[in-house]
Amino acid sequence: MMSIALEIPYWGQSLLRVLGGIGAVLLPAGTIVYLFLFKMMSFMQSRLGPMEAGPFGSMQLLAEVGKWLQKEDIIPENADAKIYKLAPVIVLVSTFLLVVVVPFGPDALFTNFSAGVFYALAIGSVSVIGILVAGWSSANKYSLLGGLRAAGQLIAYELPMVLAVVGVVIQAGSMNLQQIVVAQNSGSIFGWDGVGFPFVLTQFVGFLIFMIAVQAELTQVPFDMPIAESELVSGYMTEYSGFRFLIFFIGEFATAGVFAFIASVLFLGGWGIPFSWFGWESLDAVDGWMNIVGPVIMLTKMLVLTGIIMWVRFSYPRFREDQLQRFAWKVLIPLSLANIAVTAILKVAI
Amino acid sequence: MTMLSERQQMSYIAAQAADARLNVELETEGMTLNIGPQHPATHGTLRIIARLDGEQVVWAEPSAGYMHRGYEKLTEVRTFPQVTALINRIDWLGSFANEVPFILAAEQLMNIEAPPRAQHIRTILFELSRIANVSLFLGDLGVQMGAVTPVFMAFRDREYVLNLIEGATGGRFHPNFDRIGGLKDDLPKGWLDETRQVMKKLRNFCDEIEDLLFGNEIFQSRTRGIGVIPADVARQYGLSGANLRASGVDWDLRRDQSLPLAYDKVDFRVWTHPDGDSWARCWIRLQEVREATKIVDQLIETLPPGPVMTKVPRIIKVPEGEAWVSTENPLGEMGYYVVSKGDLGPFRVKIRSASFNNISITPWVLKGVYVPDIITILASLYFILGDIDR
Repeated sequence: MMSIALEIPYWGQSLLRVLGGIGAVLLPAGTIVYLFLFKMMSFMQSRLGPMEAGPFGSMQLLAEVGKWLQKEDIIPENADAKIYKLAPVIVLVSTFLLVVVVPFGPDALFTNFSAGVFYALAIGSVSVIGILVAGWSSANKYSLLGGLRAAGQLIAYELPMVLAVVGVVIQAGSMNLQQIVVAQNSGSIFGWDGVGFPFVLTQFVGFLIFMIAVQAELTQVPFDMPIAESELVSGYMTEYSGFRFLIFFIGEFATAGVFAFIASVLFLGGWGIPFSWFGWESLDAVDGWMNIVGPVIMLTKMLVLTGIIMWVRFSYPRFREDQLQRFAWKVLIPLSLANIAVTAILKVAI
Repeated sequence: MTMLSERQQMSYIAAQAADARLNVELETEGMTLNIGPQHPATHGTLRIIARLDGEQVVWAEPSAGYMHRGYEKLTEVRTFPQVTALINRIDWLGSFANEVPFILAAEQLMNIEAPPRAQHIRTILFELSRIANVSLFLGDLGVQMGAVTPVFMAFRDREYVLNLIEGATGGRFHPNFDRIGGLKDDLPKGWLDETRQVMKKLRNFCDEIEDLLFGNEIFQSRTRGIGVIPADVARQYGLSGANLRASGVDWDLRRDQSLPLAYDKVDFRVWTHPDGDSWARCWIRLQEVREATKIVDQLIETLPPGPVMTKVPRIIKVPEGEAWVSTENPLGEMGYYVVSKGDLGPFRVKIRSASFNNISITPWVLKGVYVPDIITILASLYFILGDIDR
């Protein structure tokens, strides 16, 4: 067995964590924007998308960031300036806090938190505050409507998301995301352990509900009423321009990436490959090179999931606010409760 | 009643008063939302003043005129042949269709009629501009509800139609091709074959949109039963075109009046829908694009030979008189009331454009709907700002 025998001092570990966190948030965001928002959307709409900046327009995002950074910092006269400035930061910070509990490998993690699922779901809703505050402080009617819609929507979809995850927690018997990954990869299906035991096989209802709730949580079409560019101009972001808009923009796609990370950890086996392939018995037996391969596997799964999120985004019209609430309370929540009950019964029975 | 001490009574009254004060404080205040003149949903400069209670519209009124260009007055200082260059900018998406009723009115006053070939080609171009116009509506519908992809498909396939119009007339958007007594030119070589292929593509486009958008359950839940206009209300507000037919009124000027156009030589169906909601209006328009492609196909097969221009004097003076001609334009009934005093130009032109009347129903139909439905109802009523403000 080999492992990376490396003694890193505490300051070095901290530096690695900071750089890793920034990488884990910004790298997915950039990849998603380029791959899906620019390219996939363009091909779906029979056009080429950006082609000028870099090969196949791959530097387009940098060009856009440069443009945004150059713009004037406009604060509306009647806006509550302090809160107005704070709002995009709250949104982005919640994304960074979210990535903290996501494991990328046997040792490549920021913190091994035993209540990781609980923490992730709690921190995931902090961005609501940022959005609500942004809508309120802009002193714009469209922003206000957008912010209130966002608050109502995100609270409504927080619940099915939590309930969908409970099924996974019951099955894994742990709230630690690392333990959930291990449980999936060391598990077996009726004694056959060729692909481990990704929870999507049993928790497919939970997976579906989780992905729908993520779609709503990210305010992507068909749940994008808080932004609703044909109704509310740009919802809570109407008054934001320049680098503040950039922060919202990064926050949107970074959160999509992080939620896809969490979904892949909960349902698709996370960073792991089935332990039986290499005869690993437990987490401690996993080879050190998984710390390098694991993030790549995670990135692949994340791209598949965000690809689905974006695919839906580009082809669906949006719900109305009340229809969305009805969908959450009347369909998703009863369904996820039923899922929990069935999971619990089967867990005890088998 | 049990006896209360004075102190208890006082505290009871004080509590009641506090409750009342709280009720007054909690009474929600309405909000006036100006949708437009600059707003992504109005694709132009229409302003809807909406008084909201929460997200529900209590009262709404359209405020038009931000793009008024004074066409009725401008026509009075133009000669008759010059007017067509102006008026095809009224409904800019189906511009050839704007020229036809005016030219027909002038021809009626001069008591001449275009040769059969010219009538045929006029009808073909008329229907092509209908296809170009309404196919963009079908794409725009998606964008108004947040689906971004259909609009690009609409732009892609409308391009074929615009190429056809450009091939025949030289202008993509503003052909200015119709002349008093006929047409400027005959069709170019190979145009008919190309048209046949494009009509096939457009029918495919309709199927595609029906799959992608009309078959979508979210789209249906956003349009079915929303913005219902009963037939009698639609008649009272002077709706026309697809908006009227969607309310179940079987009324189509192409079929119902005999103008020197080739509609009597083709076989087409006028679709109506009993529901009168947003869905019905969208669906009727989808069917109309299909019917229009069929009309064009039939007209191509029966295109008669001959000249495209009758004999008209070199300097056109229209004899004294008044004429009213209206046609079934892409947006609805469009008519010109032309008064001539025997001069080079018209003495007075009254333009009856479809969108102006269609949009007048908004205060009635927007009452009590939610803010997102304002957008879908306006989208389904389908207006072009140039057609409202002229």
